[in-house]
Amino acid sequence: MKNTVSTNTVSINTVSTSTVSTDTITGTRREVRRDILGAPALRPDGADKVQGKFAFSSDIWAEHMLWGATLRSPHPYARIVSIDLSAAFDIDGVEAIITAVDVPGKKTYGLISSDQPVFASDFVRYVGEPVACVAADHPETCRRALAAINVIYEVLTPLTDPERALLPETPKIHPDGNMLRYQKIICGDQTIQGEIIVENTYELGMQDQAFLGLEAAMAFPDSGGAGVDLVIATQWIHEDQKQIAACLDLPVDKVRVTLGGVGGAFGAREDISLQVHCCLLALKTSRPIKMQYSREESFYGHVHRHPAKIWIRHHATNEGIIQRIESKMVFDGGAYASTSAAVLINGITHIQGPYKCESATVHGFAVRTNNPPCGAMRGFGVVQACFAHESQMDKLAVACGLSPVEIRLRNAMRTGDKLITGQVIESVAPVERCIRETDAIPMPVPLARDANPLELVGGSGLTSLPQNIVRGVGWGVSIKNLMYSEKFDDYATARCQLHDGIVNLKFATAEVGQGFVVLAPQIARSVLGVDEVILDPVDTRIGSAGSTSASRQTWMSGGAVDGACRLVREQLFEHVGKIHNIDPLRLVIEDTDIVDMIGDFRISVIDASTGAHFDQTFEHHHRPTEELDENGQGNCHVAFAFVAHRAVVDVDVELGLVKVIQIATAQDVGRVLNPIAAIGQVEGGIAQGLGLAVMEEIVLDNGKIRNPSFTDYLLPTTLDMPDVIAVLIEEPEPQAPLGAKGIGEPPCISVTPAIAAAIRNATGRDLPRVPIRPQDICL
Amino acid sequence: MTPNTEVYQLNVNGKKCEVRDAWIGESLLYVLRERLGLPGAKGACEQGECGSCTVIMDDQAVCSCLVMAATAIDTEISTVEGLSVDGKLTDVQDAFVNEGAVQCGFCTPGLVVAVHNLLDTSPTPTDIEIKEAISGNICRCTGYGRIFEAVRSAAATRQETNK
Amino acid sequence: MTVAVPTSLSDALAAIAQNPAAQIIQGGTDLMVEINFNRRKPTDVIALRRVLELREWSIAKDGSTITIGAGLPYAQMEDDEIARLVPALAQAARTVGSPQIRAAGSIGGNLGTCSPAGDALPVLSALDAIVHLRSSTGARNISVHEFMVGVKRNARAPDEIIVSVTLPIVTGWQGYAKVGVRNAMVISIASCCLAVDRTNSAIRIALGAVGPTIIRCRATEAWLTSQLDLSSVNTVSTNLLKEFGDRVAQEAKPIDDHRSTAVYRRHAVSTLAKRLLTRANTP
Ligand SMILES: Cc1cc2nc3c(=O)[nH]c(=O)nc-3n(C[C@H](O)[C@H](O)[C@H](O)COP(=O)(O)OP(=O)(O)OC[C@H]3O[C@@H](n4cnc5c(N)ncnc54)[C@H](O)[C@@H]3O)c2cc1C
Ligand code: FES
Ligand code: FES
Repeated sequence: MKNTVSTNTVSINTVSTSTVSTDTITGTRREVRRDILGAPALRPDGADKVQGKFAFSSDIWAEHMLWGATLRSPHPYARIVSIDLSAAFDIDGVEAIITAVDVPGKKTYGLISSDQPVFASDFVRYVGEPVACVAADHPETCRRALAAINVIYEVLTPLTDPERALLPETPKIHPDGNMLRYQKIICGDQTIQGEIIVENTYELGMQDQAFLGLEAAMAFPDSGGAGVDLVIATQWIHEDQKQIAACLDLPVDKVRVTLGGVGGAFGAREDISLQVHCCLLALKTSRPIKMQYSREESFYGHVHRHPAKIWIRHHATNEGIIQRIESKMVFDGGAYASTSAAVLINGITHIQGPYKCESATVHGFAVRTNNPPCGAMRGFGVVQACFAHESQMDKLAVACGLSPVEIRLRNAMRTGDKLITGQVIESVAPVERCIRETDAIPMPVPLARDANPLELVGGSGLTSLPQNIVRGVGWGVSIKNLMYSEKFDDYATARCQLHDGIVNLKFATAEVGQGFVVLAPQIARSVLGVDEVILDPVDTRIGSAGSTSASRQTWMSGGAVDGACRLVREQLFEHVGKIHNIDPLRLVIEDTDIVDMIGDFRISVIDASTGAHFDQTFEHHHRPTEELDENGQGNCHVAFAFVAHRAVVDVDVELGLVKVIQIATAQDVGRVLNPIAAIGQVEGGIAQGLGLAVMEEIVLDNGKIRNPSFTDYLLPTTLDMPDVIAVLIEEPEPQAPLGAKGIGEPPCISVTPAIAAAIRNATGRDLPRVPIRPQDICL
Repeated sequence: MTPNTEVYQLNVNGKKCEVRDAWIGESLLYVLRERLGLPGAKGACEQGECGSCTVIMDDQAVCSCLVMAATAIDTEISTVEGLSVDGKLTDVQDAFVNEGAVQCGFCTPGLVVAVHNLLDTSPTPTDIEIKEAISGNICRCTGYGRIFEAVRSAAATRQETNK
Repeated sequence: MTVAVPTSLSDALAAIAQNPAAQIIQGGTDLMVEINFNRRKPTDVIALRRVLELREWSIAKDGSTITIGAGLPYAQMEDDEIARLVPALAQAARTVGSPQIRAAGSIGGNLGTCSPAGDALPVLSALDAIVHLRSSTGARNISVHEFMVGVKRNARAPDEIIVSVTLPIVTGWQGYAKVGVRNAMVISIASCCLAVDRTNSAIRIALGAVGPTIIRCRATEAWLTSQLDLSSVNTVSTNLLKEFGDRVAQEAKPIDDHRSTAVYRRHAVSTLAKRLLTRANTP
């Protein structure tokens, strides 16, 4: 039965794709490029993906499988009076129905605090909260069964206003209370009043990760219900395994998780969604269960980016030097905790932006409401902070009579500067260079009077003519922490085996599209001088790799693969040294050979490893971090990356419509390990930041999502995407195992305020809220 | 002709495929994926908004999620699985891999099909034509930059080989 | 449970006469969404995709009208000849969804769904189109104004098939414009069709997505006819333009929903109308 699961095993070798196609001819010497670190290596899963052969988790199929589906709460807040399953059980083809009473182990789960029920049993706290699951022979049977389940609710008044959640008199909607976390940062002189003071309140709407590959999984029960195999699209298989096992009351090793093909993640797959449900149904029916969400269900089934309201006041000298920041930040965490506590910390610890600041008074609140739960999304709390601080920088610039570039240069932070948490920036911090390099990128050509209508705002809608359009320019610069913070040891594990010139790599790193599957072989080739690298399936039969989030996998799993390969190289050198009687310390890898640095001994890695087998496992840990103290002081973050964005937009001021024309960006990446993958991250992040700036928002009405579909939750299309001109700044990061910083998150952070600033520049409006809607501009 | 919904026949990638015991409301996307073992077309919205399910029906790129499968008898359907011959990538597929147009890859099959359709009907598209032709294909990972490059490069290669 | 796929109009009419409860499907771009989202569960279906008569278009012998088959996909309405004769229709067709949607979607479906945001409908309204309906027992030709009776409601009888629409070919500028929040593939939150009929010194204005159904601005049309000589290009004064916009805004009956607000829609549709009037009078 299990052989019908085709997970994606990737094998790469020299003759395929890139090595041959990118030959360069230099004089008479023909240099064949090897896909080592720094080369534009191509994705090993690319060929399968372009042919539709790559198995996403939704593509898995098994003999005798059943479909699973979830019944969800229609109310934002209600007490469950009764659940009657009898009519649903009577439907032909229904094999199982489960509710909270069928959860054998822990009734709740959660990444940070375990406050979210597997199934609601007493109260439902958001629209879409799971109440029951069914397994049946066809998705249509499932739908009928769900419709036949009769749940009686006593509807309660929901708490949907995060400000009201802060008030002590507001009734608690969860036994753990309505405050998910409060943290302040108090540092420096609390009495400074600047010569220049600017303040405002900024707001961000709720953004959805909107990965394209919907939640999907297949669970295979062991006979006798002793365990379960789950193939799933997720970001962190070990965390899933731990949480599922607790809910199923099974030992961890009886829950084996394998990564199914993942169609994007962006934070939305960090929390449990259908994992426990799918396993429970499989164990209950003793048959494989396939579950997959529809787009609408996906909007209800995963966490979103936190909406936030941020009041902020900057004190500066007449010259524009920032002296002190005061801020109150309120993040709406929705009904359950998810990662709200960590998102909040990221928000408050980044509120100064990439700028020096000695004094601060910051109060951060993450509150519980009856809105959909919020958690991780690319940028993780920093997106919210950045929109506020960058909007403030422009206000400061105006107040001081400086340009947006000048105000940022004057305050730009450097390595060695101290953050408002007291942490000293040890990372490479080329903030000034990011700004200057971005500034040096040529501006786009002005809008032509006779431009093709499709290039104008509104496109084929023939909405605007060139005379209706005003062009604007705006800036955004950001700082983003890398890896997990506050004492969390999010290590990564990798195993490297070398035999006959072939390397096998094993790790549990979730490939969600970011490209670790291309990076890992590059590392192995660089370290070991091999060409053929085989990646073993990603599953829980090795130690954790941590989550594919927080811009951390290149650094962490990259570090682990590098470490494992280095250990193998040591063994290889010892082996060669022993056979050829050379001190192993004299041996180095040169291309695909092992050479003696002093003598003229040379042997190919293939020959040297033929008949031998080397096998090493390595765990990479980042340096320890600390928790914040009561005043928000402590070395809570591992490292930082920086980026600048300049946006050029066309605005139809009268109708409030926007088309982004160009994004110029210079990003601090440490080192470019693969230029194709790097530019892909930059452009992709920019598209998401653009979405937040002008179109993407989950619209809530009393806790209910009004637009849970791609007709009404608008994502940028090809005609919304501007030209992107990117400079990657390479100043290798000494702390990072490969010299490279994480590059996934920074692109989507300061592009949002840059676009907002450009729209302000074109319209003269204040626009303190994103996404900026047409009516915000023109009414 | 009134096909009995219990059994009907579709022509997919040049082959006749029998569909049995189907529910009448099933979309072509569902039938391809769940009944005919052709999971290349992907579903991400089931409402025509994402283009991941794009297939060619009688020389037109359409969203297979919006085609009622039982009504598609007597049409020629080609899916991403039918593009490459003997596992050799097509020019468009090659360009997608080489230019880095693929990240998670979920949008890719639909895009590859749409781009084939574009280049078959308009071999030398301008940049704006490229953008419009694939404006019904959402990609959430790439920001489209590498996808545009891939289309340009596939068009150029096709020009070269046709010379 | 049956799916009929007739290959001629007469077979299609016979099928619907036999089973008026059957669901008609043309391009499927509206109906399949309803089915996929579990909002509709048809038992019997009549698919018109193979009825070639419905995919034709023709010009009357005297050149005064154009008749568009109900099943003609939008992609084919961008045809040069149609664009020359009824530019507003070609423009509206071009704004519908994406290439994939335009390859399948049709006017018959736009009329069948009768959404106030349907892009072809303001054009049909502005040009006083005639909708041709057929059943196995007869034919009805009714004005599009009578056909559209409310939000997603129309005057089609259960056993009727929408066969085609006839539009007059008029001399004079005409255009369609729409507002959506995205620069492609977007449902309109306000739209406008404006058509000048030089021969009859008339102007017609219809608004989409700002009322329960398409709104024809008859009062504004009458007023404008008294202000301008519609037989030639005019210089439109700023004051006149403003008053025109205000009058259009007054005729709109927009609502607040998750896509936009009533206030914005009113503003947007008035702005579009003003722009179209300006374009109509740009030599
Ligand atoms: C992604 C997407 C984007 C879209 N964008 C737009 C847009 O920008 N503008 C716009 O206007 N619309 C848009 N639509 C809606 C849709 O494409 C149009 O309304 C289209 O005109 C429907 O035509 P169809 O042939 O596909 O209709 P179908 O779905 O086949 O039918 C729709 C309805 O009309 C009835 N019907 C169809 N033909 C006949 C007939 N000949 N006689 C009697 N009844 C009939 C059907 O029974 C059904 O009730 C979009 C849809 C999608 C999925
Ligand atoms: S699944 Fe068909 S367009 Fe999205
Ligand atoms: S590559 Fe992931 S959606 Fe396009």
